[in-house]
Amino acid sequence: MSETADRVKKIVVEHLGVEAEKVTEDASFIDDLGADSLDIVELVMAFEEEFGVEIPDDAAEKIATVKDAIDYIDSKQ
Amino acid sequence: MRRVVVTGLGMVSPLGGDVETTWKNIIASKSGAATITRFDPTDYKCRIACEVKPKDHEYGYDPGLDVDHKIQRQVDLFIVFGISAASQALRDAGLDNMSEEERLRAGCSIGSGIGGLPGIESESLVLANKGPSRVSPHFVHGRLINLISGQVSIKYGLMGPNHAVVTACSTGAHSIGDAARMIAMDDADVMLAGGAESAICPIGIAGFAQARALSTNFNDTPEKASRPYDVNRDGFVMGEGAGVVVLEEYEHARKRGAKIYAEVIGYGLSGDAYHVTAPHPEGSGGFRSMQMALKKSGLSLDDIDYVNAHGTSTPLGDELELGAVKRLFGDHLSTMSMSSTKSAIGHLLGGAGAVESIFCILAMRDGIVPPTLNLDEPSESCKGVDLVPHVAKERKVRAVLNNSFGFGGTNASLIMKAI
Repeated sequence: MSETADRVKKIVVEHLGVEAEKVTEDASFIDDLGADSLDIVELVMAFEEEFGVEIPDDAAEKIATVKDAIDYIDSKQ
Repeated sequence: MRRVVVTGLGMVSPLGGDVETTWKNIIASKSGAATITRFDPTDYKCRIACEVKPKDHEYGYDPGLDVDHKIQRQVDLFIVFGISAASQALRDAGLDNMSEEERLRAGCSIGSGIGGLPGIESESLVLANKGPSRVSPHFVHGRLINLISGQVSIKYGLMGPNHAVVTACSTGAHSIGDAARMIAMDDADVMLAGGAESAICPIGIAGFAQARALSTNFNDTPEKASRPYDVNRDGFVMGEGAGVVVLEEYEHARKRGAKIYAEVIGYGLSGDAYHVTAPHPEGSGGFRSMQMALKKSGLSLDDIDYVNAHGTSTPLGDELELGAVKRLFGDHLSTMSMSSTKSAIGHLLGGAGAVESIFCILAMRDGIVPPTLNLDEPSESCKGVDLVPHVAKERKVRAVLNNSFGFGGTNASLIMKAI
């Protein structure tokens, strides 16, 4: 597992209060992890802080799974 | 008019994470006051408060019992306290698993005096230091006062009236009184009613201290600071927590064989129309509020055995309330007891009227009235009034009066009786 993946999963566990095992790369934030649209806004903000990247709204809208987030962050670093 | 009874109790306080732990500590004359831990109070005039204790404390509170981790992160503490107290009250009433039909007739009236002040303060700093794009998307609905009622209604599917009172330190009492009327007027059969507060944050302590409302002479002996009616009192001690009761239409409760704690029989409200923070110099607002509640109750003064006073430990407020109580009770003063439980848990502001109504109910249930702590040297005007100094007192309690008065000159009085 990449370092990005580890840090992303840690943020997801902390923000959504879900068990770490549930945060697989395929997991959908809304369908599998119980997030709503505002939770995703908050997660995106946390990713921006953690990785020092900017995730514009149109890119944020396309982040549906844990893998989507990891891939986007990796592509910007 | 439909009769309204209390069938469930829930509480989070500086002396316990639930009703029975708090009550046991109140009766044992414990104090919840200590040096503030939420922030470094070194530079503040007032450095003490009655904080709700962490879960590893002897009488601490575990938010995880009833509030999801995610919600705890998103909302201010007053909402977390409120959800916990409401959950306890519903379970106590045996109503945490109602049918859809019942839930259509069940609502919430849980308010707060100030709301999410700590979160408003901290997010303002985020805005100032990091800019608007770093403000939490949960900022607004995590701070709004009606979001205890909102969160609780979602958690338990309560589709009846959804309401929240905001009347400063009278909030808890108004919430119960207003909700009882909703049931009496047939808007609902069941209402969760009460109040919550958590404003122990830098701007909250600084603001109340600047208004000259807080005690500042007892920073080195915090447990001595809240001393209603004592000559050395010098302001209130900020508390935090929540109190919620389940109110239920009498026949509804009787038919399902519910445990009935008390009946809400009198509710009075008034305005001082005088000053934003100082009470009316003749205590006339409080007097009229009590008088209205008494008239509605149909009781005579002889029937009221216990008064849980507003008694915040401020020099002016205590004196004026005492004067109003003496005028109202007249010759009947000698048979009743009156105390201020703020001496033990501090002033819960919007939560005060609700937790104090619960103490009144428990006084009737157990035949014991809670003490006024630190009443070492009663002021001159205390003569002839049993203020239950230092230790709890066993006595029969048939009916109770609870007073709450708030900034803006808003007054509420509740009368309940055992049935």
